[in-house]
Amino acid sequence: MEDKLTTVETAKELGLLPEEFDKICEILGRVPNFNELSVYSVMWSEHCSYKNSIVWLKTLPKDGERMLAKAGEENAGLVDIGDGLGCAFKIESHNHPSAIEPYQGAATGVGGINRDIFTMGARPIAQLNSLRFGNLQQERTKWIIRGVVKGIGDYGNAFGVPTVGGEVYFDDCFTVNPLVNAMSVGIVEKGKTVSAISYGVGNPVFIVGSHTGKDGIHGAAFASKDITEDSADDLPSVQVGDPFQEKLLLEATLEAIDTGAIIGMQDMGAAGIICSSSEMSAKGEHGMVIWLDKVPTRQANMKPWEILLSESQERMLIVCKKGHEDKLLAVFDKWDINCEQIGEVTAGERLHFYMHNELVADLPAESLVLGGGAPVYHREYREPAYLQEIAKYNNAAVPEPADLLPVMQHLATHPNLCSKKWVYQQYDSMVGTINMTTNQPSDASVVEVRGTDKALAMSVDCNSRYIYADPHKGTAIAVAEAARNIVCSGGEAVAVTNCLNFGNPYNPEVYWQFVGAIKGMSEACLALGTPVTGGNVSFYNQSSYEGPVYPSPVIGMVGILDNKNQHQTLYFKRPGDLIYVLGEMNNDLGSSQYIYSYHGIKHSSCPHFEIDAEVKLHQVLHQIRANNLAESMHDIADGGLFINLIESGFYNKLGFNISTDAALRTDAFLFGETQSRAVISIDPHEQPVLEKLLNASGIPFRLLGEVTEGAVRINGTEYPSIEAFGQLYDEALGQIMEA
Amino acid sequence: MKIGVVIFPGSNCDRDTLHVFGEVLGQQVVPLFHKETDMQGVDMVVLPGGFSYGDYLRSGAIARFSPIMEQVIAHANRGGYLMGICNGFQILTEAKLVPGTLLHNESRKFICKNVFLKPQTTNTLLTQGLSTSDVLQVPIAHGEGNYYIDADGLKALNDNDQVLFRYCDAAGNITAESNPNGALDNIAGVTNKGRNVFGMMPHPERAAEDILSNTDGLRILESLLSLVK
Repeated sequence: MEDKLTTVETAKELGLLPEEFDKICEILGRVPNFNELSVYSVMWSEHCSYKNSIVWLKTLPKDGERMLAKAGEENAGLVDIGDGLGCAFKIESHNHPSAIEPYQGAATGVGGINRDIFTMGARPIAQLNSLRFGNLQQERTKWIIRGVVKGIGDYGNAFGVPTVGGEVYFDDCFTVNPLVNAMSVGIVEKGKTVSAISYGVGNPVFIVGSHTGKDGIHGAAFASKDITEDSADDLPSVQVGDPFQEKLLLEATLEAIDTGAIIGMQDMGAAGIICSSSEMSAKGEHGMVIWLDKVPTRQANMKPWEILLSESQERMLIVCKKGHEDKLLAVFDKWDINCEQIGEVTAGERLHFYMHNELVADLPAESLVLGGGAPVYHREYREPAYLQEIAKYNNAAVPEPADLLPVMQHLATHPNLCSKKWVYQQYDSMVGTINMTTNQPSDASVVEVRGTDKALAMSVDCNSRYIYADPHKGTAIAVAEAARNIVCSGGEAVAVTNCLNFGNPYNPEVYWQFVGAIKGMSEACLALGTPVTGGNVSFYNQSSYEGPVYPSPVIGMVGILDNKNQHQTLYFKRPGDLIYVLGEMNNDLGSSQYIYSYHGIKHSSCPHFEIDAEVKLHQVLHQIRANNLAESMHDIADGGLFINLIESGFYNKLGFNISTDAALRTDAFLFGETQSRAVISIDPHEQPVLEKLLNASGIPFRLLGEVTEGAVRINGTEYPSIEAFGQLYDEALGQIMEA
Repeated sequence: MKIGVVIFPGSNCDRDTLHVFGEVLGQQVVPLFHKETDMQGVDMVVLPGGFSYGDYLRSGAIARFSPIMEQVIAHANRGGYLMGICNGFQILTEAKLVPGTLLHNESRKFICKNVFLKPQTTNTLLTQGLSTSDVLQVPIAHGEGNYYIDADGLKALNDNDQVLFRYCDAAGNITAESNPNGALDNIAGVTNKGRNVFGMMPHPERAAEDILSNTDGLRILESLLSLVK
């Protein structure tokens, strides 16, 4: 064994707590050497161990009829979509790397999440992302945006899986610490999935893919601390991506699975070889011996701990059936990918790592992993002081503008609401030729499942402002909106993956936000029948300048259209069609983009939301769709009814002539963000049938007016045409970015 | 007709191309892996889109040296039909099988969106089923699609009727605004002098099914099928 023993001081430098160092000594029955201590420091980091979140994550609903793999069981969630197929999907953050090296940080985020999907044997068919950036007036913010978007594009485009949807938000709180969350969705034949497991004494262990370098060492630990002025010194913690290698790895991996030679497989993401070997071994209740000198490296003289912890991208660990090595080697040779045996499965439950015949680390696998020996903490939490500011908010005191046009122009060009064309046109959204929303836009992205009648609908949603105002209700809204998007697209909401982006969990006010978010998510997921299949927690999203970012539990949801022909689009079809709003109209302006940026009120209540009303709305929308009554269906979200209506009009350049409710404030009617509402347009002939259905349902509804040839008319006042608004909406972000 | 689709490492439209010729157009299709040298008796070869060899040098610069390409080039030199889409077009220009070259987009950004195309000639197998007054909506998805050729080359292209498509607006006007990438004279696709090799940046295979609500690309690909008649 390496002679140099460690001290509690070394442990602290590696990010471990003194009591964690004591626990390690207890587990090993001795003082760890530096290799071992490094291993614990990453495996027990927040990123790998979920030590500060797991207690609460376990309370999330994870049962459902369609579940094939529940949260925590595999690399990603897996749901049954019928026709003998499963859908694997997951979302993950790459926030810290993107903060200091936007291009590689975002690119490797895309690579990592796709590997999580194909390591299970599923072929990724669609990608989404959820991005939050800071103040657009700052050149540095634009630099981050350009880098992140190009990073996602270059990696995802070359990888050859369409980026079909996403969201982009801007707020000053994300200026230093942007949020970059990537989601991947894949399809696998039921029974052909591969587990991240290791068993069978004597079975050979292979490393496949890229050479191992010094990049990304301590990346998981880096992700588990605040961003400070010194963070740029952590640059080597950012990995470098190679999408070409990933594409080859995808094809080779799926082909290798077909040979039947594979026992188990796990991609190497955070904490590299040590993470894969320990998690697979712990799961299979076996030991493993690894000869680190056999790992192909990019540079000579890498230290054992560097090889163990390297987060070099595009690598997999494979446990192969003994005697079937040739099949594995043939496939990887065909694709010109490294495939080296570096160890074998052993009896017992210990991991032994050798370097040139010298034992350099000897650890019980179980002690390293989540659900095993990794620490579990109950953090204290308390209501944040800022909630008192929110409690002071008086909706009635918000002045109502005499002229609505400046508000309309403000909202139509606001970066949070306007077209994100400048971003998404840099992503290949059409490769794979299954994206049905390219030419038929709907609230959720819809892709056909080739070889079946079905389609999948998917959406990522989170309004951080709402969650800041009320984590519980705000997160429930995020779930509800994702489901609403799917329902408005003709689908049935099925299951959730989440990416929980918060500040430092040791700050009780931040932790209070986290706890509230989990409770709200549980409540909404139970009510909507969408279990949580897994996801990712990203704490420490805060900077020394701005404090914690707005809490951002991003919800990624997948839904099913049993028949792809039931795809419902969001845009107006014909002049003269009638426009209805379904759901409650009221005077609520809380947390709307309108009062936040037009009036500059940064502290206000979370929008009105009741889960029962949401469930009811979805039932009604399903009925409308089943009876084929609606020409268009579009949920009311950020920016309120007005933004909804112009978005419905752009595609066919059709406007609207509507009247508001005289009993309500006009600004609240048009720009308020009360939840559980949707707009539909119908052929006038369907009016009696629709109104009968709506009356029977008991949900509030209102005939707003009708679709026009292009004019925008509200309460008899003529505004600029839909084409004029369209131009503002389309070009706003590009003008800022190219300025 | 038997169509071979070459799979380079990094090709990512190979499956889409096999699907459209096989499933949608009902032709016999075979994948031709880059390491192979057996052309399997194909009538026509398609070089699909993607990022062959990662496009780490210039797009298409390395692919042209792969073993299968030697056979593909021989096939084209014998007068065999060969089509390159997107990255496939880039490979054709690198291999000098069609004139010109493809530079970075003027915006220096990757661009994925629907564009409109106007056929410029009906005197090729690929465009004979179209009309020069057609306006076809077909998507692009590339970072290097900015077609360039020197003045003499351009004159020869025009004189020999070798321009297949130009970018246009929805009404069919060939304008600067409708040019997505800065391509010289809005050129979106060209053929060689022998009129048996076709290169185009837009992806007809991405507009070839009802489920995608656009079949303009199918009209282009269907023209090829008259080869069997």
